[in-house]
Amino acid sequence: MIQNERRSLAGPSDPQTRREAEMISRIVAGERELFFDLIKPYERAVFLTAYSVLRSEADAEEIAQEGMLKAYKALSRFRGDSKFSTWLVKITLNEALMRLRRSRPGSEVPLQEFVDEADGDFTPAVLTDWREIPSEALERKELRDILQRAVDELPQNYRAVLIMRDVREMNTAETAQCLGVSEGVVKTRLLRARLMMQKIVAPQLQAQSRKK
Amino acid sequence: MVLDCKHVWGEISNYIDGDVDPSVLAGVEEHLAHCRHCAAVLDSTRNILYLIADDRTFALPIGFGERLRARLENEIR
Repeated sequence: MIQNERRSLAGPSDPQTRREAEMISRIVAGERELFFDLIKPYERAVFLTAYSVLRSEADAEEIAQEGMLKAYKALSRFRGDSKFSTWLVKITLNEALMRLRRSRPGSEVPLQEFVDEADGDFTPAVLTDWREIPSEALERKELRDILQRAVDELPQNYRAVLIMRDVREMNTAETAQCLGVSEGVVKTRLLRARLMMQKIVAPQLQAQSRKK
Repeated sequence: MVLDCKHVWGEISNYIDGDVDPSVLAGVEEHLAHCRHCAAVLDSTRNILYLIADDRTFALPIGFGERLRARLENEIR
């Protein structure tokens, strides 16, 4: 199912890309109000990008606003080398990383936040069977909290890939472009992130379903 | 090709994405058909990813769009 939900990278002839290019020209020419229409589809993407770095809703919202503002100011320099959404997400990602560094003065981001692909040997939680949890169960805050806490526990570079690929459903090429890494690195980080999520979440969900 | 559990775990993510190398795919599927532990790892991982992709798991804060617009209107006018 997941592979069918992936969006492909848009080329220059993509109708959405053409529509956005036209909007950008008009905004740069003075139709400022159009900027709100341009960014509306990407509000969640920008927020989640900031959240993947900062793990705080309040900080992520502030940085999402900063990212959008920075994009507006730099719009005349957007050349269409990538999709507008990719460009916008990259700006926000950089803003979020700068905020993270500023919040920890005198030190770089701790090493455990950036696990190297060659490190560690990730094993999943070994189960004998799995009882499907339906999406209706997400009405329970308890379940949403388990999932959010597990994502928060991931090292930052794994969390960013997981959010781009599995929450925002960007494809591998777009994710690689946003993060400035190869597609192979994206795939490796995604494997680790998914197995870590399974290891953290599956035993908790299994224990909950046994209680009922 | 006979694969052990560890090898299959390394392919779980690509398998979910339909991106396993064709030379390995039959071995992965053969293993999953006979190993209940790896089948449960696959099912649970896929289920968790389905749940985190749901908009309810990572929803935008209430009023996000309105506050964003207010901030931008304030700055760009």
